Amino acid sequence: MNEIKRNQSIGVPKPLVDGPEKVSGKALYSGDFVPKNCLVGRIMRSPVAHAEIINIDIIEAQKLPGVKVIITGDETDEPFGILPIARFEFPLARDKVRYRGEPIACVVAVDVETAQAAIDVIKFEYKELPGYFKSKEAMEEGVVDLHEHRPGNIEREVDFELGEVDAGLADSDFILEETFNCAEICQVQSEPHAAIAEFDVERQFMTVRASTQVPYYDHLMLAKVLKMDESKIRMIKPFVGGGFGCRTESLNITLICALAARAARGTVRIVASREETFITHRGRPETDIDMKIGVKKNGIITAVDYTAIQRGGAYSGYGVVTILYSGGLLFGMYDLQAVRYKGLRVLTNTPPPGAMRGHGITDVRYAFESLLDKIAGQLNIDPIEIRRKNYLKGPNYETLNEMFINSYGLPECIDWVEKESGWKKRKGKLGKFKGLGVGCGHYISGASKPVNWTGEPHATVHLKLDWDSSITILTGAPEIGQGSSTMATQCAAEVLGLDMSRFQILTSDSKLTPKDNGAYSSRITYMVGNATIDAAKNLRNILIEAAAKKLDADPDDVECLGEFYTAGSQDEGLTFEEVVKAALEGTGTITVSGNFDTLPESWGTKKYRGGAISGSMAYAYAAQVVEVSIDPDTAAITVEKVWAAQDVGKALNPLSVEGQIEGSVWMGMGQAISEGTEYHEGLAITNSMLDYRVPTIVESPPIEVGIIETIDPNGPFGAKEAGETSLIAFIPAFTNAVADALGVRPLDLPVTPDKLMELIENKKEE
Amino acid sequence: MKKNKTTISTIINGRDCDAIVDDNLLLADYLREDLGLFGTKIGCDGGECGCCTVLIDGTPHHACLTLAAKCDGKTIETIESLSEGSRLSAIQRGFNEKLGAQCGFCTPGMVMAAEGLLRKTKNPTETEIREGLASNICRCTGYVKIIEAVQFAAKELSKRT
Repeated sequence: MNEIKRNQSIGVPKPLVDGPEKVSGKALYSGDFVPKNCLVGRIMRSPVAHAEIINIDIIEAQKLPGVKVIITGDETDEPFGILPIARFEFPLARDKVRYRGEPIACVVAVDVETAQAAIDVIKFEYKELPGYFKSKEAMEEGVVDLHEHRPGNIEREVDFELGEVDAGLADSDFILEETFNCAEICQVQSEPHAAIAEFDVERQFMTVRASTQVPYYDHLMLAKVLKMDESKIRMIKPFVGGGFGCRTESLNITLICALAARAARGTVRIVASREETFITHRGRPETDIDMKIGVKKNGIITAVDYTAIQRGGAYSGYGVVTILYSGGLLFGMYDLQAVRYKGLRVLTNTPPPGAMRGHGITDVRYAFESLLDKIAGQLNIDPIEIRRKNYLKGPNYETLNEMFINSYGLPECIDWVEKESGWKKRKGKLGKFKGLGVGCGHYISGASKPVNWTGEPHATVHLKLDWDSSITILTGAPEIGQGSSTMATQCAAEVLGLDMSRFQILTSDSKLTPKDNGAYSSRITYMVGNATIDAAKNLRNILIEAAAKKLDADPDDVECLGEFYTAGSQDEGLTFEEVVKAALEGTGTITVSGNFDTLPESWGTKKYRGGAISGSMAYAYAAQVVEVSIDPDTAAITVEKVWAAQDVGKALNPLSVEGQIEGSVWMGMGQAISEGTEYHEGLAITNSMLDYRVPTIVESPPIEVGIIETIDPNGPFGAKEAGETSLIAFIPAFTNAVADALGVRPLDLPVTPDKLMELIENKKEE
Repeated sequence: MKKNKTTISTIINGRDCDAIVDDNLLLADYLREDLGLFGTKIGCDGGECGCCTVLIDGTPHHACLTLAAKCDGKTIETIESLSEGSRLSAIQRGFNEKLGAQCGFCTPGMVMAAEGLLRKTKNPTETEIREGLASNICRCTGYVKIIEAVQFAAKELSKRT
């Protein structure tokens, strides 16, 4: 008999399990469901940024042939919002509108043109209020409050000091301070938002499909705004065309669609335009940072003192979490012994930002890494060396805010980019207008405290084994293109030693799959991966028991080789099919469950209010070296090459990990070189993919990826976050390269040629 | 609402298609809503993202900038034509195996743009690939693996001839 080996799935490059559907056009996204007799919903949006609603007159509009129903803010008085402490947004505005483009009515009609014709005759009467489009304006004395319960338009103020900051600054040899402005950006995921809701009048039952990263939170919010029993709702996530965080909270489009379907007593679909998708927003807020770092002559950091002010838009969304991450996640990269942070989240009359990839820490990390680079220059220390001097004394390190670092691959990442980029030989020797820069980042592997504390495990996965010897993985984890379904299949296949082709996976259908919190905070690989492993181990135990009984052996003597189970070399053993038949005898189809829970020590600090934010089971690390060249006449910047190393714990799927790192680097490049929203009196003037400039394939650089594996003690097979950290590291590596090339340092993002030209001109004048 | 209409005869994915269409109907909407060819995606408000790229008489076009009424006599190929009744095409395999598709939403347009490119240019240089796909925006991959996918396909196809 040939030697039978277990199938290996972990650590092997695997194409996506749902790849064939995507490349053949068979994958159906929310906007691709068009049942017969389906009605369309079209949203009427506020033409003003801040106003009291006096009246919305729909009488004429309702008379138009083809108009089925029109709903306004009267449809529901239940507010929604992701955070239990900050739910005051209505699907359709009531009493006030607070940003230009806020939904005020939805027309349900037989087609889009009819719906638009109806919107054109709806009369919106309002009393305009002063609009505040910048954080500073909204905080001035005597402003009109956007929300009564948020006086002075402050959504949240965070203030903490850990360690002795004044003493640390006094003890330093050198203090550097800078201010940075980081533009508001959007995710611009490929698929515009879409939802389709079917209301079954007979059963009073609602089925909703929507482009979402958090079907479970959608389910909760649908029940809330519809005032329906949760059991009377079925939430399904079809294929989703990316998210990057803009779909990590319930979007008004989904809720309006369901309200409209119930009012129309039928099926309604809403497919947002790209412009509406921009307005729905939930991107990264405009952030102003003032940061001061004290260092000793030898480059050791003694204290950090900084403020971050975020333009939070008209509603809370994730705002409180964002401003807390901007403080808490300064820790865990370098050995910091004194940090003072003041964060202000401000309410303004602009669309609400949300939890974009690299949530809360990207802009702050950019400021920190820029300042560190500048300090290195002034102290005449190599920028890589100054980072080495400040490494955590770890692993097994506890930060001042009680983050536990159990695996720390930053040193290996730095070593890799230093070597691969030829840093030592090339730095400072590339010639005029060319430069090399280094930058680092880190990020959580799932927030250890869930948004909605229910006491349930963080993740639950089911495996169904049936008579045909196939296994179906049932998980609520939303596959949104990040490869979570492939990851879960690999984990299950590895534990059971089977080929991945034995598995099917069914995701995110609230009536079929176990509940899952969703695709955010890089939680899925860590949490759902671990839950899948747990489920697969439980199933393996059942199979081993069955094999032992059949073989008349002790279960401890049974070896699972995937396709073959044996109890020692003497017996003939059993095939997987035979074991399955034995296992199903008497019980029939088997469904096992697996769970994952975070350890209480990872729940963050109680030293300041909101300290739970940034607590995670594991942190991923990244270092990058970026090479740029700049045209001195036009200030056009070319990113020539990027060396990107990330400590991902263990690359479960090296192909997918590479893809995530490349995509992160590239998205970071967009924020660094060209992306930013702009408003004129609250009217966004960058709501298209031409005016909001994302890089194209033409200006996208070659990216060399270095996967660093530190094998996290609690991660699934040692894995950690892979899809956000590298975005964070790119931005400072890039601006540090620009500073290296020109001798002037850009502070504001994005670094557009006109801004850079101004810096070059100012330098000449000096 | 009453609209002006035009009769068109097209060949779509190898089949004769005769239809009476509204004069303002976009080809993208005709393919999707009238013919159920949902592989062609719409990702923007007109000509920005390339998700709706189809081949018209063998050349890549934005279906969202093309009126169905103007397609009379034309041959149209969508993503569904590439693997119908058979296995994935070389380009599709390239995008699958090299991870040129993550979320997959831009993929049909990207694959059709690549199809158009490789029909014209058998062994494109990296620069030619970049130029050939310059009208298509992907937000997931950073394009590294998309370039690899097209190179994989070009190599596969060159083995056949």
